[in-house]
Amino acid sequence: MKHSRKVASGPWPRLQRAWDIRAAFNFIGGGTGTGLLVMAFLGALDGRAWFIPAFAGMAFISFGLLMVLLEIGKPWRALNVFHHPQTSWMTREGVVALPLFACGGAALGLNLLGMSGIAMFFLAVTTLCALGFLYCQARILRAARGIPTWREITLTPYILLSGPTEGTSLFAAFAVWAYGGLVWVLPLAIVLIAARAAAWAYYRNGLEKRGAPEESLEVLDQMAPGFYLVGHALPVLLFIAALADAPGVPWLVSLGGLIAALAGWQAKRVLITRAARTQGIAIPRTPVRGRGQSHPGARPGWINR
Amino acid sequence: MTKYAMVVDLRRCVGCQTCTAACKLANATPPGVMWRRVVDVETGTFPNVQRVFVPTSCQHCDNPPCVAACPSEATKKRADGIVTQDYEMCIGCGYCITACPYEARFKVEDVDFAYGDEPMRHEAEKYNDDMNGVVQKCTFCVDTIDEGIAKGLTPGVDPDATPACVNSCIANALTFGDLDDPDSNVSKKLRDNQHFRMHEDEGTGSNMYYLWDKGEIRL
Repeated sequence: MKHSRKVASGPWPRLQRAWDIRAAFNFIGGGTGTGLLVMAFLGALDGRAWFIPAFAGMAFISFGLLMVLLEIGKPWRALNVFHHPQTSWMTREGVVALPLFACGGAALGLNLLGMSGIAMFFLAVTTLCALGFLYCQARILRAARGIPTWREITLTPYILLSGPTEGTSLFAAFAVWAYGGLVWVLPLAIVLIAARAAAWAYYRNGLEKRGAPEESLEVLDQMAPGFYLVGHALPVLLFIAALADAPGVPWLVSLGGLIAALAGWQAKRVLITRAARTQGIAIPRTPVRGRGQSHPGARPGWINR
Repeated sequence: MTKYAMVVDLRRCVGCQTCTAACKLANATPPGVMWRRVVDVETGTFPNVQRVFVPTSCQHCDNPPCVAACPSEATKKRADGIVTQDYEMCIGCGYCITACPYEARFKVEDVDFAYGDEPMRHEAEKYNDDMNGVVQKCTFCVDTIDEGIAKGLTPGVDPDATPACVNSCIANALTFGDLDDPDSNVSKKLRDNQHFRMHEDEGTGSNMYYLWDKGEIRL
């Protein structure tokens, strides 16, 4: 017999337990999958074979959604997720996933049948749907009003940048072996990695500005040095070395791509499972009892605000 | 129109948790699940320390983030302001739990009773298999309210039409009633006392008001 999820009796923000690593996998799969689909489409425009990266992108997104299915309490009611498109970003994510998989499946199938022209059209539609899917994921987090680190408005640009960065980095690692490299991929990956680092700094600054539970900030700050140095500076250096034709270019690019992707995945894991503390209790004033006086209230476990 | 609200007089609450126990008895919630709880908050620094007992539960917000987030429409807001949960529609995704700033929602993973595998009498009477694997929360004892109204009773005045927590409060710190009725007990208390709502800056429009002093100035 499993036990029900306990509630803390104290006023402090507590770690949310509603979503675990399976939910994190949805954001990892959605972001990386979208990035891979975008890169598959850009590669196709450059005349390259795109089946493998497109298939991998679809697989990432599917894996994420499968993880969500395993997390929900009543998986056989999963179709109920489509009931509330008026306001629910989770419903919208599901709605966008339908044409994404339909068009993605059509693109892959038609490509296998040699109908490359129409397959390209479907790939383009799939890529657009994937971008919409990623946007819905970013808004899902923003609508989670009980989790200050998720509802923070500056998390949206981070999520939107992180997915394409992860996908582009993995694509670079693939392209260097499959195509012998693409001239534009490494510079694009470098720009995206730098932009992702800036987006993270912007997000962290936003949290500081608008206030957040102390322990959330501690978790994010513990992660920061490794995230910036290993997850961003190192892959950029490896990519620059590859661009400068250093020895072992394919290995440099593969290692850099993998590290950049892993850094994004790790950040999402931390965001969902470790830094996500609740709002906690706040009172602006203490009550006046008997002949006493009211005193300033409290928001235990918070900084600022 | 009718708009149900709860008024909590922080000056009166002694933190006895009788409302918590009454809620657990009335709704037979599993161990660890407390639709209603009283949080012990300490403020100030030694030696000027205050202790405040803050009863909290679902706040039945005007703009409930849980309703907006819910993908299955299992969570809805009634015309009288009560936010309800349809256990047969809920998919148990837990999104509403993360959307609620008041930590008022609970996902129950599996059957769980207070004392082992066998339910106590009140647990057996209230047992509903539909509530496992989905999200549950305070309903303002909506069944009691509806049954009371059907009998011609007034919620917040007649105990048989009033939430269990309010009925049980030993200090008369909890009041329930219709906020749209200027003569209701909640309207009068809000008129005569200074009050606040928790996390007001989140714009949820909570319908749980906390009284902290007499007078009319509102924080």
